[in-house]
Amino acid sequence: MTLESLQRGQKGVIRAIDTSDPMVQRLMVLGLVEGAEIEHSSSAIGGDPLEFRLFGSAISLRKEHARHFTVSPLPNGG
Amino acid sequence: MAKSSVSRVSVDQITASRRPTASIAVVGNPNSGKSTLFNRLTGLRQRTANYPGATVEKHVGTANVGKTVLELIDLPGTFSLSANSMEERIAVDVVLGRMPGTNPPAGILAVVDMTNLYQGLYLVQQLMELELPMVVALTMSDAATLGGLRVDVDALRARLGGALVCPVVATTGLGIPALREALAELPELPNPEPPNFWPELSEAAESLASESEQSLRRIEIERAIIDGNGDFENLDEVRRELFGDEPPLAKEARYRYRWVREVLDEVQQKSPALKTWSSHIIAWLNRPVPGTIGLFVVMAIVFQAVFAWATPIMDAIDAGSAALGSFVAARLPDGAFSSLLSDGVIAGVGSVIVFLPQIMILFLFIILLEDSGYLARAAYLMDRVMRSVGLSGQSIIPMISSFACAVPGIMATRVIPNRRDRIATMLAAPFMTCSARLPVYALLIAAFVPAQSVGWLNLQGLVLLGLYVLGIVAGILTALLLKVTALRGPKPPFALMLPEFRKPNWRTVSMQLLGRVRIFLRRAGTVIFTVAVIVWALAYYPRSDTVASKLVEQQSVAEASLVGAALDEKLQQIEHQASADQLAQSWLGRAGQVVEPVFKPLGWDWKISAAVIAGFPAREVVIAVLGTVYAVGDEADDVRLAQRLKSATWPDGSAVFTLPMVFGLLIFYACCLQCAATLAVIQRETNSWRWPVFAWVYMSTIGYVGALLVFQLGSG
Repeated sequence: MTLESLQRGQKGVIRAIDTSDPMVQRLMVLGLVEGAEIEHSSSAIGGDPLEFRLFGSAISLRKEHARHFTVSPLPNGG
Repeated sequence: MAKSSVSRVSVDQITASRRPTASIAVVGNPNSGKSTLFNRLTGLRQRTANYPGATVEKHVGTANVGKTVLELIDLPGTFSLSANSMEERIAVDVVLGRMPGTNPPAGILAVVDMTNLYQGLYLVQQLMELELPMVVALTMSDAATLGGLRVDVDALRARLGGALVCPVVATTGLGIPALREALAELPELPNPEPPNFWPELSEAAESLASESEQSLRRIEIERAIIDGNGDFENLDEVRRELFGDEPPLAKEARYRYRWVREVLDEVQQKSPALKTWSSHIIAWLNRPVPGTIGLFVVMAIVFQAVFAWATPIMDAIDAGSAALGSFVAARLPDGAFSSLLSDGVIAGVGSVIVFLPQIMILFLFIILLEDSGYLARAAYLMDRVMRSVGLSGQSIIPMISSFACAVPGIMATRVIPNRRDRIATMLAAPFMTCSARLPVYALLIAAFVPAQSVGWLNLQGLVLLGLYVLGIVAGILTALLLKVTALRGPKPPFALMLPEFRKPNWRTVSMQLLGRVRIFLRRAGTVIFTVAVIVWALAYYPRSDTVASKLVEQQSVAEASLVGAALDEKLQQIEHQASADQLAQSWLGRAGQVVEPVFKPLGWDWKISAAVIAGFPAREVVIAVLGTVYAVGDEADDVRLAQRLKSATWPDGSAVFTLPMVFGLLIFYACCLQCAATLAVIQRETNSWRWPVFAWVYMSTIGYVGALLVFQLGSG
């Protein structure tokens, strides 16, 4: 599954990234790389952009970019 | 020759003890508390300038540390040394010592938010490759402790190749003395040893360095390899071998964050955060619906403050400058000098400072919202709406600010990283109904729109609302139009770091406020003032002797036949008529008559044309000019002026101010860019005359065509 489909409050670990989009590369510079644990914390009204927590900081992405990150979800509370 | 060099030496000796001995670059992520720390270290000993050829502000200050004085350069916040925006590029150029006019740094003060070591250490690792002595300040150590974070400072220091590490709380000053001690040692510190996190990159850099004749630092070669911009023979080959099909930035991020996570595992311990009542409220406000409602409440408060709080102060300034003007005019003999002083200089200065209350209140709110971390959240919440008009959420604050004044609104577009988006926002902003348009709306609506009810609504209020909506729609259509034509381009990237909510720091807020007000006064103030004096000269010269002698003649006739209040009233009437006659034959009056054919299709006579011409540099001038040209004095109250406007007729006796003509005038006013300060700011922010000229022609055309259509269709 991708970042886009994480439920609110659900955590996941980034497993693979489609790096062809330059925007995705900028997001990797911000720390969205393989192995990073990420939590979908909230979204704007209408469900886009999405807000994620990443090692204690919060970052918002549009759905179209979140799609490029494949994650494996962690069990809740984990 | 010898003598002069001797004297120079002695001057050097006198100032030597107070002169900074070394330059230190202050580098960190955005929102890492860098500016608060910079202000804490330098106090008021700082100055603001611009980097050459850029609109990015350069903040330099001096800090006393131990017995020495250091020059600190506060750089724009950046996440990496691979620059993405103009501000980031400047940060990179300064740390690499290749920014003209800025001393190459002798050391680095890296500012890292202790609650966000993950992104902070990424930048620190890049900075270590500069091979300059480095001190790392871990800011917000109090928030980190509250959040259940513990950092092993000694272990971190070991991982950072021996750079000094100081936990601080910049807002309260905790840990600052220790940081000062560390900075005192900084110039003598050994260079930190960069971790060998990516051996293949180091090897590639070495092989390029051995082939190259330039003596470049390792970091410069490595950046050239990663960013692909360097003058090396084998650069392409080396890059192909190193990266293959993988984008270099992606590969760099993967390698560096692998190291960062390793360090974090070793130095950072995390226990569950304490849940306070405020963290529950913040969590609730982060939910989509409460968050959006909260945003509207915040915007309503800002709006209310800008209009309600500023109005009494603005009225007082207006009254004060008018009183000072008449005081001066009464004490000086009549003539050009008295008029220049009272109607030109004092009125000009007054028209600059009358904007200050609104601008200060607006800036105060923007800075408070920025400093508390809310601004980014507003952009995030509004992104979807703004995207539907071709912009991103980051355009929302400049747009809202422009309802007070387009000048700070356009200055606020600096937060938009994408140039196309930024220009589209700048060109949409002047359509928003600014506070200078309101007096004219108020005058014309009160005079010509009947105060009747439409259902439960007031018609006058509806017209005013309609003009606001017109501005918004015109602005949005402009942005849309530009984004599909001249500013067409790939969709702007959008990703925002959303900083944690944080109590604003008064020291930082007040210093930023002062800085922005100073920029407004210097840039917009000089333009408005100059323009006020030019308009005065156009309306004053040439003087007609016939009008002057007729004035004297009529005065003596009146004095001979009338006494008391009747005389005073007659004298005032004569004087106002003389001013009107003088204006009619002044350059401005003549210009109005020359262009009357142009504006005739809109239903305007030469008087309105002259007032509109006078209003092109600064729209709020229109009322004063109308007051003079209709011979009720330039400080007449709205009621008297409105009466005169109502009774104004064409030579054939028909009314000038018909309803279609008034609506056309209102539309012209809503659309036209009658503001030299806005043009000057667009010029400054885009660094070209192309955009301000385009904006002016475009908006004037829309205003003219709109007024023409309304008048012709309405009258026909």
